[in-house]
Order: sequence, then structure tokens, then C-alpha cells
Amino acid sequence: MAAANVLVCVKRVPDSTEEVVLSEDAQSVDGRASGFTMSAHEECAVELAVQLAAGGGEAAVMTLGDADAVEQLRNALAVGCTAATHVVAPESYRFGPVDVSREIAAVVRAHEEEGRTHDLLLLGNDAADSGDFQVGIRLAYELGRPVVNGANTLTLEDGDDGPVVVAVGEGPDGQETYRVPLPAVVTIREGGVEPRYPSVPGRLKAKKVAIEERQPLSEPTGPGRVRLVLPPPTPSAVQILGEGPEAAPAVVDVLEKLGVLTK
Amino acid sequence: MILTLVETDLEGAATEVSLEAVSFGRDLSAAGNGVPVDAVVIGDVSDDLRAELAAYGVRTIHRVGGEGVAAYSGAGWASAIQQVREAAGSVVVMAAGTDRGNELMAHVAARTGASMAANVLSFSGLAPFVVTRQVVGGAAMEEMKLHERPAVFTIAGHAVEAKPADVSGAGEVVEHSPTIAPEDLVARVVSTSQPEVDESGALTSARVVVGAGRGVGGADKFEDVLELTSLLDAALGVSRVVTSAGWRPHHEQVGQTGSRITPELYIPCGISGAIQHWAGCSSAKNILAINSDAEAPMVTRATYAVIGDLHEIVPAINAEIRKRGYGG
Ligand SMILES: Cc1cc2nc3c(=O)[nH]c(=O)nc-3n(C[C@H](O)[C@H](O)[C@H](O)COP(=O)(O)OP(=O)(O)OC[C@H]3O[C@@H](n4cnc5c(N)ncnc54)[C@H](O)[C@@H]3O)c2cc1C
Ligand SMILES: Nc1ncnc2c1ncn2[C@@H]1O[C@H](COP(=O)(O)O)[C@@H](O)[C@H]1O
Repeated sequence: MAAANVLVCVKRVPDSTEEVVLSEDAQSVDGRASGFTMSAHEECAVELAVQLAAGGGEAAVMTLGDADAVEQLRNALAVGCTAATHVVAPESYRFGPVDVSREIAAVVRAHEEEGRTHDLLLLGNDAADSGDFQVGIRLAYELGRPVVNGANTLTLEDGDDGPVVVAVGEGPDGQETYRVPLPAVVTIREGGVEPRYPSVPGRLKAKKVAIEERQPLSEPTGPGRVRLVLPPPTPSAVQILGEGPEAAPAVVDVLEKLGVLTK
Repeated sequence: MILTLVETDLEGAATEVSLEAVSFGRDLSAAGNGVPVDAVVIGDVSDDLRAELAAYGVRTIHRVGGEGVAAYSGAGWASAIQQVREAAGSVVVMAAGTDRGNELMAHVAARTGASMAANVLSFSGLAPFVVTRQVVGGAAMEEMKLHERPAVFTIAGHAVEAKPADVSGAGEVVEHSPTIAPEDLVARVVSTSQPEVDESGALTSARVVVGAGRGVGGADKFEDVLELTSLLDAALGVSRVVTSAGWRPHHEQVGQTGSRITPELYIPCGISGAIQHWAGCSSAKNILAINSDAEAPMVTRATYAVIGDLHEIVPAINAEIRKRGYGG
């Protein structure tokens, strides 16, 4: 099967495995201490984009974000994407899902006018910070394309009327398969592919790619956010039974005390 | 009118999280001068389901059937929900925060031009309508305004309790067979793999649950944990990392998008205790955490904990149980 031209949309998000700190105005997460990353869903989307573009297609990456979001674009370039677009938006947290989907659609349309097509648009199922679960679906409506949500593996096939993407994901009653003609939008959930690590030559190559910079099409209407709040800390009353295998007798004492063992 | 999407399981019963969403809808109705609470069900409505939704205070059950919704498609099902909403004139459309619920509400919102709030925990005001929802993987919460009507949102799993109403609803079934436009059926499910045997019933009623998370390390590394499960005549519950990676089936998942367990004892091994996991296990009477990280939230919130490598600790516990003559 021929390769596809894929555009994958990634978002620079604070690393939430570290302690979450809010900005002073409580409008965003202050990631300066924790550092930044892209979500596992999007890493898998990047991997799928690179795989599906292999053999003649283009794996392009885009983001809407502050100046620093160029780091996430370079990371995607380092693992095999070959083109990148940065919609430079200072205070990008002011862009809600409606704004972001409109801006991604604008990039796709502008590229089309320049003769560059993106047959397949890949996004994460949900962003690790705002967790809106909707940008991919809104983007599909913006562009009038079909959308599959939450797939974890993708393959390309020749259909009767052109190329088809076969998307498989976990549904409530088992694994579900979709066969959708291109162009299409698919949102990705982690778990189906192992994202590759960047190689040293990959990193060097990524540094040389010229990143296309664009301005947002319009002022954001916003995410409807009043403010962010942190949950109160939970008091701990844990009794540590010990460290390592030596704790086994103490554990079984507890199991006896709770009466959960049977002869 | 408040319209709640009710999802059903393979037996046709309402899922617990959908009943939680209906309960949330009732609270909203009570705050809003008693606007009626309706449900939309795509597929069959058995007498049992009808009776249950009536007990939860549902006035009208909008049953959607027909060719257009026979196979799942996000756009097709959302079109059906949207047509029910228009016919019934609802000001609120909501669902449980499952994968399907989030997907369908995003479609409904995109189709109506409304905002969508995912994983709502509570509401604090009606005019303006302000909800609090989970963000940053549950590490923070967002207060968000939903200006437009309909207000479209999902309820985070196990954030509210599913409780029958004081006064039952009529539970009248109204049939709909909406016409779905061809373009909304382009992305639809063409095949579903044989459903796995769902043993989540055993998990939710188990007296002891042994938990397994990313710390187990791989699909082929469950032997010790499974042995402990069998020695304690327990059920196995896992984190989403484990089901996403395909190490164990989805019906074993505990948490916001899995089952809510209520055992006498829960023994999470190599599970960090993210808020979405906690949502499913917080009702355990005792928690005995096994984790290499003494600072992991699961450890600090547990009743008891052992710090170290689960692959050393669990075999030692298994041996000690045997040594004392338990476990058959
Ligand atoms: C909308 C939404 C819904 C979600 N729903 C759910 C849900 O229903 N259920 C759920 O579980 N998650 C859910 N999650 C995911 C959740 O946020 C966490 O990512 C997930 O619970 C983490 O799984 P884990 O604890 O197995 O992995 P990790 O967070 O990676 O933790 C692994 C733990 O294992 C420990 N460990 C590692 N090696 C060892 C060893 N050898 N011995 C002992 N300990 C070890 C580590 O110290 C760590 O604490 C949801 C997320 C979102 C955004
Ligand atoms: N600022 C952004 N730039 C590029 N892609 C984004 C941005 N925000 C969200 N996305 C994409 O949309 C997906 C879903 O985001 P959300 O609907 O906000 O949860 C993410 O996983 C990304 O792939």
C-alpha cells in the first residue's frame, strides 16, 4: 500500500508526573519547575504518522503554542517527521478547543492552497493538561471530514475508490475496526505502538529543518475557564509494614487480623 | 429538560456510571426548579431497564433504534441524540465520562456549536452555569463556565453516587428512528472482535481484590500476582496502563473508566494511585499497598504499605501464606 501524507497535531504540556503548580492568576499550570513534554497519546500519534508516511508520504507535525513549543516540534522531527508548522500563540492557554480546532483547520487549508495535502490528520484522544476530549472531533467538523476517535493502531489499504485507513481501537464490547476513506481525522489513544527514541543523527537532522511559523487566524474566544484550583492535600495515616521481602510475615499478620485467609 | 445518555452493558442493563450521571442530572434538576430528567438509550430498552430508570427519577426514556444507529458511529449516534434533543427541547445534554460518553458529547457540542466540559465533578451555579471538572489527569480542577444552551458535558466516573430517586419518574418509553445523513455514517464500526467474557461482576463483589499496575512490568510477569490472587480467593483488578498496553482485559480495570470496587481489602501492587484509579478503589475498607516508591499517592493514602520491588515481596508473601497453612 502506498504511503500517506500525514499531519500530526501535538501540544506542549507541563509534565504532570511532577508536582503541579499553578500560575499566579490561576489560569494555567506553571510548568517551569516540572518541565514540559507531549502526552503519551500524541507520542503514539507521531509514531503512527512516521510509519504511515514511510515509502513516499510526508509526516508533518504542527502545534499551536508559545515560542517554547518549538521544543515539541523538534522532538517529533527527531523521530522521523520531516516538516513542522508552529502557530505562534503567546499565552496559548487562552485558546480553547474551539479556537485550537479552527487554527489547525486554517493550517490545513493554507497548506492545501500551497499544493500540500494532508490526507490523514492525527491528534491525541485528549490533551494531558486541559483534557477537553474534543479538538480532533471539532477539527473534523471544521473540515467536513470523517473522524475516528480513540484508535490505537492504523494501517492503510487500497479501497475501491482510493486509499482507506483501517483504524482499530478498544470499544466497550471488544476491539472495534473502522475502515474510512481518506482524507480523514483520527484521534489516537496510547497502547497500540511503541514510540521510538530519537537517534543522535535524528536529533541532528531535526535541528536543520526550517520550521514554518504562522500567526493565529483570529483572537481566541477562550476555554470558558474561570480558574484552576488544586485539590486539598490528603492526610496520610499509613502504617509501613516494612521494606522488601522481610515484610512478608508482617503482611500475613495483617491478613490474619482482617480475616481474609482460609485454610 | 435534562437529557442524559444512558449506556448499557452486554446484558442490556444501565452501566453504573450512567446511573451516576442520571443522579447528577436529578441534583441539577432540583437546583433548577425541577426541570424534568429524561434519558436517551440507543438500542434495546428491556422492562428491567425501564423500571430501573424510572426508579432513578427518569420521566421519559427516548429509545433510539433503526438502521442508522445499528452499528456505532460517533457522528451518526450524535446526530440521533441531537435529533432527540431538538424534538424534546433539552437545555442540558450529558453523559458519563466514558470513552464513548466523551466522544459523543464532543460530537453533539461540535454539531450545535456549544462548548463541552469533559469529566465534570460538580456544579456551583446555574446563572451562569459553572461546573468544576478534572484537568491535568486529575491533579488539578478547572472551574468552567458553560454559556451556551444546550449545556453539554460529561460526568467523571464515580465522582457522584448512583442513588435511586425519592420519587420515581414515569419512565415512559418514546420511540425514535431518526434518519442519519450518509456523511455521518462514513466512520462507523465495521466489525467488533468477539467480546471478552466480562467478569467485572466478580471484581465488584469480591471481598479481597489484588491490584496490578505498570510496576508489574509486562504481560508475562503476572504470575506472582495471580498466585496471590488465587491464594486469597480474590479477584484481580488492574490500572488503565495495564489494559491500554493489552496486558490484561478491560473488564479487570479499576477506576473512573473501569469498575468501582468495595472490598474488605485491596492490595494494589505497582500502582501509583492516580486520582482516576483512586476513584474506583477509595471505598475499599483497607488498602495494603506494595510499591517501590514510599512517596507514591497510593502508599500515602493506604492503610498499610510495604516498600520495595513487588517481584520480591509478593513471592515472599505467597510463601508465608503457604507456610502458615492457608490457601488450600
Ligand atoms: C480521563 C481519564 C480516565 C482514566 N481512568 C482510569 C481508570 O479508570 N483506571 C486507572 O487505573 N487509570 C485511569 N486513568 C489513568 C491514570 O491517570 C494513571 O495514568 C494510571 O492509573 C496509572 O497507572 P499505574 O499506577 O499502573 O502506573 P504508574 O502511574 O506509572 O505507576 C506505577 C507505579 O508502580 C511502582 N513500581 C514500579 N516498579 C515497581 C516494582 N518493581 N515494584 C513495586 N512497585 C513498582 C511505581 O513506583 C509507581 O508508583 C485515567 C486517566 C484519564 C486522563
Ligand atoms: N495547542 C494545540 N496544538 C496542537 N494540537 C493540539 C493543541 N491542543 C490540542 N491539540 C490536539 O488535540 C488533542 C485533544 O486535545 P483536547 O481536546 O484539548 O483534549 C491533543 O491530544 C492534541 O493532539
